[in-house]
Amino acid sequence: MSASDATSVDMTPSGTARPVDRSRLPEPGPARPFAFPAIEKSTLPNGLRVWTVRHPQVPVIAFDLLVRRGASADPAGKDGLAALTADMLDEGSGGRTAIEIHEALARLGAQFDTDIGSDALSVSVTVLSRFAGRALTLLGDVVARPAMREEDFVRVRQLRLHRLTQLRDMPGVVADRAFLKLLYGSHPYGHSPIGSEAALASMTVDDVRAFHAMSIRPSAATLVAVGDCDHAAVVRMAGDAFGGWEEAASDVAASDGAMPAAASLNIIPRPNAPQSELRIGHVAVPRDTPDYHALLVANTILGGQFVSRINLNLREDKGFTYGARTAFEFRRLPGPFVLQVSVQTSATARAIEESIGEIAGIRGPRPVTAEELELGIAALTRGYARNFETADQIARAVMQLALFDLPDDYFAEFVPAVAQISADDVSRVMARHVDPARLTTLIVGDLDVVGADLDALGLGAPVVLPADAF
Amino acid sequence: MTLSFTKYTLANGLDVLLHEDHTCPIVAINLWYHVGSKNERPGHTGFAHLFEHLMFEGSQHHDRGYFQPLQGAGATLNGSTNADRTNYWEVVPSNALELALWMESDRMGYLLPALTDAKFSNQRDVVLNERRQNYENRPYGLAPMALLAALFPSDHPYHWTTIGEVADLHAVRLDEVQAFFRRYYHPANASLALAGDIDPDEALPMVRAYFEDLEPGDRVDPVDASASLSGDTRIFFEDRVELPRLYMAWLTPAMFAAGDAELDLGTDLLANGKTSRLYRRLVFDERIATDVSAAQNSREIAGYAQITATAAPGHTLAEIERAILEEIARLAAAGPTEDEMERGRVQAESQFIFRLQTVGGFGGKSDQLNAYNMFLGDPAYFDRDLARYRDVTNISLQQAIARYLAPSRRVTLSIVPRGRVALGASDSQPAVVS
Repeated sequence: MSASDATSVDMTPSGTARPVDRSRLPEPGPARPFAFPAIEKSTLPNGLRVWTVRHPQVPVIAFDLLVRRGASADPAGKDGLAALTADMLDEGSGGRTAIEIHEALARLGAQFDTDIGSDALSVSVTVLSRFAGRALTLLGDVVARPAMREEDFVRVRQLRLHRLTQLRDMPGVVADRAFLKLLYGSHPYGHSPIGSEAALASMTVDDVRAFHAMSIRPSAATLVAVGDCDHAAVVRMAGDAFGGWEEAASDVAASDGAMPAAASLNIIPRPNAPQSELRIGHVAVPRDTPDYHALLVANTILGGQFVSRINLNLREDKGFTYGARTAFEFRRLPGPFVLQVSVQTSATARAIEESIGEIAGIRGPRPVTAEELELGIAALTRGYARNFETADQIARAVMQLALFDLPDDYFAEFVPAVAQISADDVSRVMARHVDPARLTTLIVGDLDVVGADLDALGLGAPVVLPADAF
Repeated sequence: MTLSFTKYTLANGLDVLLHEDHTCPIVAINLWYHVGSKNERPGHTGFAHLFEHLMFEGSQHHDRGYFQPLQGAGATLNGSTNADRTNYWEVVPSNALELALWMESDRMGYLLPALTDAKFSNQRDVVLNERRQNYENRPYGLAPMALLAALFPSDHPYHWTTIGEVADLHAVRLDEVQAFFRRYYHPANASLALAGDIDPDEALPMVRAYFEDLEPGDRVDPVDASASLSGDTRIFFEDRVELPRLYMAWLTPAMFAAGDAELDLGTDLLANGKTSRLYRRLVFDERIATDVSAAQNSREIAGYAQITATAAPGHTLAEIERAILEEIARLAAAGPTEDEMERGRVQAESQFIFRLQTVGGFGGKSDQLNAYNMFLGDPAYFDRDLARYRDVTNISLQQAIARYLAPSRRVTLSIVPRGRVALGASDSQPAVVS
């Protein structure tokens, strides 16, 4: 920073302030232009894509390595293997132990994270720019050359088993895991990445090594670098860090599996719970649906923002909850549409009735109004630029392009694509992709208190599920 | 790197901080009120946080929800309450700065005419549900209530949590809430930061237009209170959990006070991340715990350090407690290694620079400027704040650990699975939590 940026303090402005009009809200002026990040792309000889974005305002660089293999690539009977493998990546490499790897990252002041979803896993490192080369070398060690030692495997698996034990205490997590299983059964999306006790207990270090060799492969991976960096320099450094990473024989990608027909109403008892965790939804659409933008607008109005129909109803009108929302979880294969809310126990049946009513309403009986449509589109478009402020944000956005095969001009096209959605589009796509008759409802709550109220819902007798069935 | 700004103080006492950053066509509007749960009284807890909710429900000239016009302009917005301050922020496209100033000023100057019984009881129900969701129905969720109550005496303003007591939330009357607003939510008790795509020559007149005619209230005196521990307070309660968890806590220096940075770095090297001493020992080597973490919780008038660890199945909190005390004693006796010091310093530097990446929201540049301005009266503190961490030596860190993390003056809380009291630390008394 130059001297002219020096701080100045404690001045009292002179003159009088101009008068203001409080009779109406000021209209925003014209939007200021914004250039979306330009992506430079190369591919290493081993197939690894290297994509960079220059974003030099702060001397920080974010590296994200995305591999398009996630929990849906878990082999049958091995739920949790992809996540366990991802967890083993930073447990040592070459001559370094797990602790030594993390000491090396700490000496760079690095922010290190591993993340896994259904379709992909990612490993990210953010550092001050002066540590870029050393950080990339460590990222290469972690992803391409993990030690995968037996003793580390035993310890890491044990920690994940303990974690599963603890997750059983958390009603929201119990609801999420059980709901996926109800919707998807043995389909690759039917389990959360952490898997199950039985599957984890059956795994060996050889399973992890084999998964790494087969699935964590350069041709499935994209390295995204965003920050104070130069494309050629990043490609050169990536060549050094990932050059020895070899492509494996072809692996098995996620396949479509048969999905069960879940009962309409399900409950996992949680005696004396002060709230009921609710999940209501069904399997909906994949990310590549042509209705993507219309569904985003529809969801924003229904349950995707504070002033959505569902939150205004359950929180701001009824006071039943701290917050309610809906989402289409867009994935490579059809992902779930789900409403999630935690409501006070006494309001459980009312909240389910209101929720299903809102979902059914937006398909036609209560179409979106012009005002709702304008607000929903504005909320999605006017603030869009703020998603591109930090290196980490831009890297995450660019990873979405790699994950879903989206074009480079996707960001620039987003606002016009959303802006043209009409009220008819919203009704049409919701009628096409959401069906009240197919909704599955799950309650994690106090069966003794809420049970009697459920009869009036007309959803049939609730199926009582044991908490440890998932 | 530094954090540049210009500061003005309006005639009514409102501090205004302006920071230019044209990276993105957005502006963060960040308004701090110097009021938190420490300004409440026993029997009347939860007010500051309840107010945070009510501030989104409408004001005299816009007697409707605050989210709709702001989200319609492309804003993201939120607020938060802690023991010391309440903040409200919007990140708006730069063309909607005036809208955000209109709305923030209206709820500062004209909230009460629009505050009805109906809004009040609705948001109280929402807060009671927030409490159920985040504390009562969450495993270990009532630990903060038990810890704070044991660390600070009943008349100390840190004795209770920001969410408040259920009985107090039920008992609160609208006129009490109105009096609370008049006392604390006015220009002379607030700090407004704008960071982002602004032209200061346009932004300052706009701020003055909306805020300068708002009436200041009486000056709010600083809250003064002291706390001390004379022994080891050992308490437990039973919860709906599978694994027992140990909490150890000590009274420590306040935010920015001597020793605060040492304890921040010291708790990190004891128990944060895979390189920390306690992770290596408890989780990696001995495998008697599933997780361990620590923090120096720096607050305006006092701090407290906390170490938390969950026992692995088959192990007790007595084993965990013994190991933690040994590691604290070792650090207090021999101090950190040079490598630990180097890692701590570079991590602090990195975290400071990372924070400069965003203009707003929680923890961005606008929030940072307000924190320095409100707690120190010195928004230019960024460089000296970083220097506090650079200046920590292995001797000063060792001395702070030895002085403040004393085994003889602490709170030791065990949360155990129902019916499994023997898994907790020894000689503990039942804690009353609700």
